[in-house]
Amino acid sequence: MESIGSLIIFYILGAIIIGSSVMAVTSKKMLRAATYLLFVLISTAGLYLLLNYHFLAAVQLSVYAGGILILFIFAILLTSARGDKTEPHDKRRIITGVVTALAGIVVTTLVTLKHQVLYNGNPTVTGDQEIPVKEIGFALMGTDKYQYLLPFEALSVLLLVCAIGSILIARKR
Amino acid sequence: MIPMEHYLIVSSVMFFVGIFGFITRKNLLAVLISIELILNSVEINFSVFNRYLYPEHLEGMFFSLFGIAISAAETAVAIAIIINIYRIRENIDIRHIDKMKN
Repeated sequence: MESIGSLIIFYILGAIIIGSSVMAVTSKKMLRAATYLLFVLISTAGLYLLLNYHFLAAVQLSVYAGGILILFIFAILLTSARGDKTEPHDKRRIITGVVTALAGIVVTTLVTLKHQVLYNGNPTVTGDQEIPVKEIGFALMGTDKYQYLLPFEALSVLLLVCAIGSILIARKR
Repeated sequence: MIPMEHYLIVSSVMFFVGIFGFITRKNLLAVLISIELILNSVEINFSVFNRYLYPEHLEGMFFSLFGIAISAAETAVAIAIIINIYRIRENIDIRHIDKMKN
């Protein structure tokens, strides 16, 4: 019973993801594209919740939907002219894109369905065993095997460098 | 129980829609939105493989976590560059950007 409920929620989220991502790359107005991207990101957070990665869903919501989308919207408002009619599409490029995307989808779907992955009898998929945040914190702050202090610190330095670099690039001269 | 292949199909459709947008769009910000779609689908794949195949480890989840942070940094730098290009060239159409400095 509970499994059927999560199955229905999964298909709703999948439909929202597919439809919104198609709309995000085809809509003419940039603000609408950013809004559809927001729908995709929020539905992805829903998928993480279905997978019982609650911490990852929270990070996805706060960093992507809260931070990156605001950056996108400000950039669109700063760079789009009045009305902002998008470019006339040229036919050859669209045909190339459609053929590439369809071929890729068909090939990867066939390979995915043909390949048998053994994951049955895995209790954590159906059960609601979320990872305790204490464990995540120890894994982020430890230096042992399967602990990630060095990538964490490298990432914080990278974020600092990127912030300084983007201020330096975008400042008025 | 949701089959793992369904997650993979959703994320692969998202990936190739991102590639389609990357090929066809001509606004630099739209290209960046397509790149975000591609990154997001890859992160779904990492966490799905981690949950279904190796649930006793946390590598895929941490890879997704670091990937989200890296894509935030990448977006910040890219948007700074795009705003700078707009300030110089007055538009952000990729066909008209053949040099970055006047």
